[in-house]
Amino acid sequence: MGKERIERTFQNKLLRGEKLFIPYLMAGDGGLDVLDERIQFLEKCGVSAIELGIPFSDPVADGPTIQKAGLRSLKEGTTLTGVLKHLKKCKKTRTVPIILMAYLNPIYRYGLENFAVDAKEAGVDGVIIPDVPLEEEELVTGYLHQHHIAFIRLVALTSSRDRVKEIASRSEGFLYAVSVMGTTGARKNHDSHVKDYLEMLKRYSSVPVLAGFGVSNVEQARKLSYHCDGVIVGSRIVELFHEDRTEEIKVFIRGSIHHTLEPSHKG
Amino acid sequence: MTTYTLPDKNGKFGHYGGQFVPELLMPALIELEKAYETAKNDPEFQQALSYHLKQYVGRKTPLYYAEQLTNHVGGAKIFLKREDLNHTGAHKINNTIGQALLTKRMGKKKVIAETGAGQHGVATATVSALFDLDCIIFMGAEDIERQRLNVFRMELLGAEVRSVPNGSGTLKDATNEALRYWASHVQDTHYVIGSAVGPHPFPKMVRDFQSVIGKETKEQILEQAKKLPDAVVACVGGGSNSIGMFYPFVEEKNVKLFGVEAAGLGLRTNQHAAAITKGEKGILHGALSKVLQDDHGQIKEAFSISAGLDYPGVGPEHSYLHDINRVMYVSVTDKEALDAFQLLSKTEGIIPALESSHAVAYAIKLAKVMRSDETIVVCLSGRGDKDVEQVQKRLEVE
Repeated sequence: MGKERIERTFQNKLLRGEKLFIPYLMAGDGGLDVLDERIQFLEKCGVSAIELGIPFSDPVADGPTIQKAGLRSLKEGTTLTGVLKHLKKCKKTRTVPIILMAYLNPIYRYGLENFAVDAKEAGVDGVIIPDVPLEEEELVTGYLHQHHIAFIRLVALTSSRDRVKEIASRSEGFLYAVSVMGTTGARKNHDSHVKDYLEMLKRYSSVPVLAGFGVSNVEQARKLSYHCDGVIVGSRIVELFHEDRTEEIKVFIRGSIHHTLEPSHKG
Repeated sequence: MTTYTLPDKNGKFGHYGGQFVPELLMPALIELEKAYETAKNDPEFQQALSYHLKQYVGRKTPLYYAEQLTNHVGGAKIFLKREDLNHTGAHKINNTIGQALLTKRMGKKKVIAETGAGQHGVATATVSALFDLDCIIFMGAEDIERQRLNVFRMELLGAEVRSVPNGSGTLKDATNEALRYWASHVQDTHYVIGSAVGPHPFPKMVRDFQSVIGKETKEQILEQAKKLPDAVVACVGGGSNSIGMFYPFVEEKNVKLFGVEAAGLGLRTNQHAAAITKGEKGILHGALSKVLQDDHGQIKEAFSISAGLDYPGVGPEHSYLHDINRVMYVSVTDKEALDAFQLLSKTEGIIPALESSHAVAYAIKLAKVMRSDETIVVCLSGRGDKDVEQVQKRLEVE
């Protein structure tokens, strides 16, 4: 369970020559009732893990699409407590690792230790807290480690080489490479130096490196995956679920997983 | 001898404060901290700062003995620190001058800022005009409605005002949007945070730039009353004027410090902005402090007649000063603030900002229970011209 499960699952996929794909779901968007159905659907599409967002009133790392999904979810009455209870109930039927993405305040309010205990019970394998950088991580890592939950760290295009090394050396589960300057949400292009950035991360990291933020189509997913181990896709998946365009989700995921060569110019 | 040396090297006041921001912003905070620490010890920077504070802002501001108000109320002598007489009409410019000079030092040419009442927006737009910086101000849609005149002032000064319709359309939402924009433009843009909030080093830096208020006050009261004040009163939203006023008095144990929060329609309602009195520990906008939130950690919307106090969080140093019992945090309702607004106008011919009216209202209550040989200093953080229209409407309804 936990950290080991993420690392084992990812390793198996990579050994088979697949690229990793983590879709983001906003828990409670459309109500918690549709959550299991969506998780199962994503499992069938062949995802490597699922990043499950906990809605927050002030999501400063998120762009408009996820902000709106969060508001919809809050209107449904979604709480961290509710999501953990729900996850615990349907723990047995899940086959892929679950990674919670929550801003610190809901977790802090829940109680850091209680959260680690209950998240573990609910079958949560990893946690992403976008507003906890290196400087503050001690606040949460002790309890998470005690319960074998991976604390997934993020690196950014602005991170200095020294910070990258430090973050990479501590990384567990996978390294989340934020590949745009800014918040989550669709972008036309990724900067040309993203390639060098991802390749540098690959050199320093002992766990898989996944690129996230601004990945909204198969072409972008393939381009980025070529330089690392896979992608995390948030806003686009959230949007497609919201608009009931699930067939397109399947196409997106399958197209991103099964390839090894850069589509345009090889190498 | 100084014993109060917070924040520590990690930007903490006790366990409050810190740097709870996405990794993307961390390098900018590290750069800012370095730039600030070297600037602070650079005589050239300090000279430029004091030059502009004197010749441009118009410091020092008077400490005025409000004799008419004192006689009207009865009790302790009330002194007003006239921050309303600063250029642009409030204390906010003490900080924006400092941060603009720092922006130039870092070689950045663009600034952004959030604003509630519009005072900090105007102060940022003003220094941007002065120092030739591109300037974008983020302002909640609701606040734009409340403070139209200030929006026009900012535009006149050459700034772009971006309306933020998200959430309650107030200061909290404007701050979220400014943080998002900063993440996308962090390499060439400095974020001029206007209050003693946000991630380290902002709470410290804003306090330092604002502490000119308390330093001057200390000298002036010694000159006028021949002793330190018995009480110092200032309003607390994010808490920049109050921390600037309190900081030089923190080690003067005989000076009682009162921070006045906005009680809105009353602390028993959900319509207030009293983060220290009614909030719980939490993380908002990059710092651990007291925050108005629900049981599940969702941030609540604050409420106050005063746009500048309408914020669900508070600077981390205030939470600390509260916990160590150095500052007493109290609150004043919309109604009490409005009464003080009118009373000060009528007795002294000074129209205070609605924010500052909260401090005046508490000082009035306090003066009544103190002796006539005791003194109170009130930080009159801004002038009330911006609020006249809103108050007129409100009084007509009543």
